[in-house]
Amino acid sequence: MFMLEKAMVGSRRYWVWVCALLTLIAVAFGFYLHQLSYGLGVTGMSRDVSWGLYIGQFTFMVGVAASAVMVVLPYYLHNHKDFARMTILGEFLAVAAVTMCMLFILVDMGKPMRVFNVFLYPQFHSVMFWDMVSLSGYLVINITITLVSLHAEQQDVHPPRWIKPVILLSIPWAISIHTVTAFLYCGIPGRTLWRTAVLAPRFLASAFASGPALLILLCLLVRELTSYDVGKKAINSLAVIMTYAMVINVFLLLMELFTAFYSQVPELTEHFKSMYLGTVGPNSLLPWGQLSVFLMIASLIPLLVPTMRRNETILAFTCAMVFSALCIDKGVCLVVCGFMPSPLGTMTRYVPTLPEMTITVGVWAVGALMVTVFYKIALSVEIAREASYVPAYKYAAGEGVTGLQAHARSNQSV
Amino acid sequence: MKITRKEFLKISGACLVALSGKEVLAVLDNPAEGQSSSSSAGKARKQLGMIVDTRKCAKAEGCTKCIQACNAAHNIPSFQDPDHQIKWIWEKPFDDIFSSYETQYLDASLKEEPTPVLCNHCDNPPCVRVCPTGATWKRPEDGIVMMDWHRCIGCRYCMAACPYGARSFNWVDPRPHIERLNPDFPTRTKGVVEKCTFCSERLANGQLPACVEACPEKALVFGDVNDPKSEVRQMLAKSYALRRRAELGTGPNIYYLI
Amino acid sequence: MRDKVWIIAGLLLFLGLVTYPAWHDLVAGTTAKPPQLVLPANQKQCVAPLSYMRTSHMKLLLQWRRSVVRDGQTKYVAFDGKVYNMKLSGTCLRCHSQQEFCTRCHNYVGVRTPYCWNCHLDPAQVKRSAR
Repeated sequence: MFMLEKAMVGSRRYWVWVCALLTLIAVAFGFYLHQLSYGLGVTGMSRDVSWGLYIGQFTFMVGVAASAVMVVLPYYLHNHKDFARMTILGEFLAVAAVTMCMLFILVDMGKPMRVFNVFLYPQFHSVMFWDMVSLSGYLVINITITLVSLHAEQQDVHPPRWIKPVILLSIPWAISIHTVTAFLYCGIPGRTLWRTAVLAPRFLASAFASGPALLILLCLLVRELTSYDVGKKAINSLAVIMTYAMVINVFLLLMELFTAFYSQVPELTEHFKSMYLGTVGPNSLLPWGQLSVFLMIASLIPLLVPTMRRNETILAFTCAMVFSALCIDKGVCLVVCGFMPSPLGTMTRYVPTLPEMTITVGVWAVGALMVTVFYKIALSVEIAREASYVPAYKYAAGEGVTGLQAHARSNQSV
Repeated sequence: MKITRKEFLKISGACLVALSGKEVLAVLDNPAEGQSSSSSAGKARKQLGMIVDTRKCAKAEGCTKCIQACNAAHNIPSFQDPDHQIKWIWEKPFDDIFSSYETQYLDASLKEEPTPVLCNHCDNPPCVRVCPTGATWKRPEDGIVMMDWHRCIGCRYCMAACPYGARSFNWVDPRPHIERLNPDFPTRTKGVVEKCTFCSERLANGQLPACVEACPEKALVFGDVNDPKSEVRQMLAKSYALRRRAELGTGPNIYYLI
Repeated sequence: MRDKVWIIAGLLLFLGLVTYPAWHDLVAGTTAKPPQLVLPANQKQCVAPLSYMRTSHMKLLLQWRRSVVRDGQTKYVAFDGKVYNMKLSGTCLRCHSQQEFCTRCHNYVGVRTPYCWNCHLDPAQVKRSAR
């Protein structure tokens, strides 16, 4: 029922990639076992900076997961047909991203074997409880949608009618997961970097830029590696969405900076000073904060110039810039610098350690493996279905392949 | 009578909803569990608090008896690495904890006057509000913000939420770092958060908190701040007192006489 | 039925592996020899009847834990009317030795020792190591 058998056949290149990921995961798992037995003292986190890379990356990945809505919404609500071939990729990406979120939470926990206490003793006044609820709900919804639509495509029938309301539900649900994640931070009284009403909007804006950036890169990669093409129109549409989101994100950051630096209230300015200027410090993350701002601003140029945006090589670079800028900004700086300075005014150094970084890379590898396997399954189904149609235009274009050949080719090349 | 699978699922679903409804009712019924309100109803209850008389405290220069008494009573480990330190009660320079009250012309000696800091056992504790498992909660009978080390999952949300830095996490196994073990009090294990509990274990035996008892200058005064006849209330009625970051609405219950 | 040999061999292997612990213990001669638990000399009666403690001590401990930690109740009125302090180290271990009593029996029945001792201390052991 999960069509896993389709992930078990593939080219040499496919298997080398899968094995490389599995090796990374194994190494990271080794480090995780060490962390379990020694304690979270193996990380660079401390009394003062009590959340680090793990929770930062969790926050960032919630955004990537939520951003699937940027293809689902235009496709299902506005009947934007260009996204027909991209939607399933976006939904699978969301499944992998939510799984990564959960893994990041798990590796950050001091007592992971007690994780079910969250459901055994539910605390309705805790945002973390609602975050767990919304994330697990989102995972279930997206697994359901992807499985059902894939099965329908495989059997070449319309998906069952009941899936439509589930898909519609996934839209507000996607918004909710990132809003609730922002509430984790902005509802805390003593941390002024986070305690801002624009945090949730900014999270959403950065999510709707970073997620599409990753999806565009994946679509381009898929086209390079297989015969599956989501279409130039789809990529251009998504690039426009990413542009709007990135502009709004930068705009909201400027709002924050204006409020802090014009009012000159020290508790507002000091975090930004330590993040971007280094005048409150020392802050080991200063270069990273500066790099993220530079990349954010720099990415606006190719995004806003249509000719550059439509050039796929430039677009690929731009997507990489957008993605890495936001991965640093939200996935490291925003979380860590919220603890700098601490409530007692100390600037504590935070440098992630080797085990911490390896475990983080391991979680990313799990995500990459999931995307690989999901895409492999989905594309095998899609390509087989298209091949069996033997569309006329392919003959017309001189790409004369029979359905059988196309199938064989796709299986090899995926 | 036969039940189809569909009917069975329907009934199970209805039962689940009804059960969860019961939970909701239980919470609505008992607001004291978890989120305590700072409303008048909350105020009428007992609320333990402490006065730190900084003038008396400053008299005994270099004295750390309160800290030592606490550390010995609660098996607090000592780490060289400041990142891993566990602190229930400790000292900070005066201007670090009351930076908004100091003037720049204050003598350096007064600015850097070591001042004891500990959990404020807030009226409206953010740590309790955010805890996803109820591992930390405000005890309705005396207002102590308690910790349940059996339930804590080590997510450290409470540490992010506490505006006083009063919470410590066990980054590694603390036991090898404890100088003298006190078998009457448990040590903690790696992966849980801990903090001052106003010596709830001593209060249960009718004793005062260890720090209060150990202070040679009687600079720490402990009692019910909701009882107008208590010693703390008498003292607070007669002199100005500061509370740390009271503007955040947490309702801290450690008062500093200056 | 060409795979008959393989199927039977597989089944035998499975049976062998599954029953390995029993064989191992038979050969080593460690079966059916319950540890001789030393009962406290200074006390005649535990906080509950022996039969209850044998089967349900963990329930009692969880109940004590809940009372002390969550409800702030420290006194336990036993079935015979005696009042005890609900303390693992202070009451239970005053009579029983953690290693000789708890751990030995848990090891014998193959039940993982719960992580009580990660935090709670055995006063006797603390005294010994302090010397």
